[in-house]
Amino acid sequence: MRIGVITFPGSLDDRDAARAIRLAGAEPVALWHGDHDLHGVDAIVLPGGFSYGDYLRAGAIASHAPIMAEVIDAANAGMPVLGICNGFQMLAEARLLPGAHTRNAHQQFIRRDQKLRVESATTAWTNTFTAGQEIVIPLKNADGRFVADAETIKRIEGEGQVTFRYLEVNPNGSMGDIAGVSNERGNVVGLMPHPEHATEPGFGPDTSDAMRSGTDGLAFFTSAIATLVG
Amino acid sequence: MPTIVVEVMPKAELLDPQGKAVTAALTRLGHTTFSNVRVGKRFELTIEGDVDSALLAEVREIAEDILANTVIEDVVSVHESPRAR
Repeated sequence: MRIGVITFPGSLDDRDAARAIRLAGAEPVALWHGDHDLHGVDAIVLPGGFSYGDYLRAGAIASHAPIMAEVIDAANAGMPVLGICNGFQMLAEARLLPGAHTRNAHQQFIRRDQKLRVESATTAWTNTFTAGQEIVIPLKNADGRFVADAETIKRIEGEGQVTFRYLEVNPNGSMGDIAGVSNERGNVVGLMPHPEHATEPGFGPDTSDAMRSGTDGLAFFTSAIATLVG
Repeated sequence: MPTIVVEVMPKAELLDPQGKAVTAALTRLGHTTFSNVRVGKRFELTIEGDVDSALLAEVREIAEDILANTVIEDVVSVHESPRAR
């Protein structure tokens, strides 16, 4: 099982994503934004960071990178694609996911261990969770406020495309406390918090058991593997 | 050199955190005449050659497609700058 991680100019979390994929039991494959080649991968992760320094809009320039032509074709053909933070912004800019992102309502960059509720356990990246499950993974962003027009919000809520919702604290003013969404088919998922930073004991969020022992993010990647194995 | 100006504003119904912060700063500085400030973007596209309606139409298309994200922003103006800059 080979899962590609695309590096863009300004990507920060590509290596963490590759590590998470390996910990989950798949082979990470480094992909390059300037290529027109997915190297035969079975799934794709668009990692976090600040591609092109967030110039124009977060994720906007990267969403037009050469490799995005292949990513869009693969996504439309059903390949599992996960966008984390800046990757989520790219998928929204590429119109593979509904909505858009603006500056956090409070204007500040924010970093915290964030509690989420898994609203949908039927997507390619959430099928090893159970619907309603509460998880904690790190969040860190400046432009994380999910927005969409009222009609779109109503549609994605109705169709079960809201995949994750912020619990206890809405860290950026996102509409409907929405932390992550999927496309209609459920193969493309994007979220602002970072599952790849919660995949290995000693390096994740604190839990009641022990400091930094949280590994709730691992199930994103095992879900993709489960999807591909069928 | 002819320049085409594209102006983009955040949609009116969306919270504009930048504008809100500027409004608060003006109020704090005693400029209480202004009830609201909104912050947008201005793009200047320089071209070699003449500006015609076909080119303006092409720029509008680029503006809607790339310069603005029409989920959150409106292209409010595409026009030739009256003077070279």
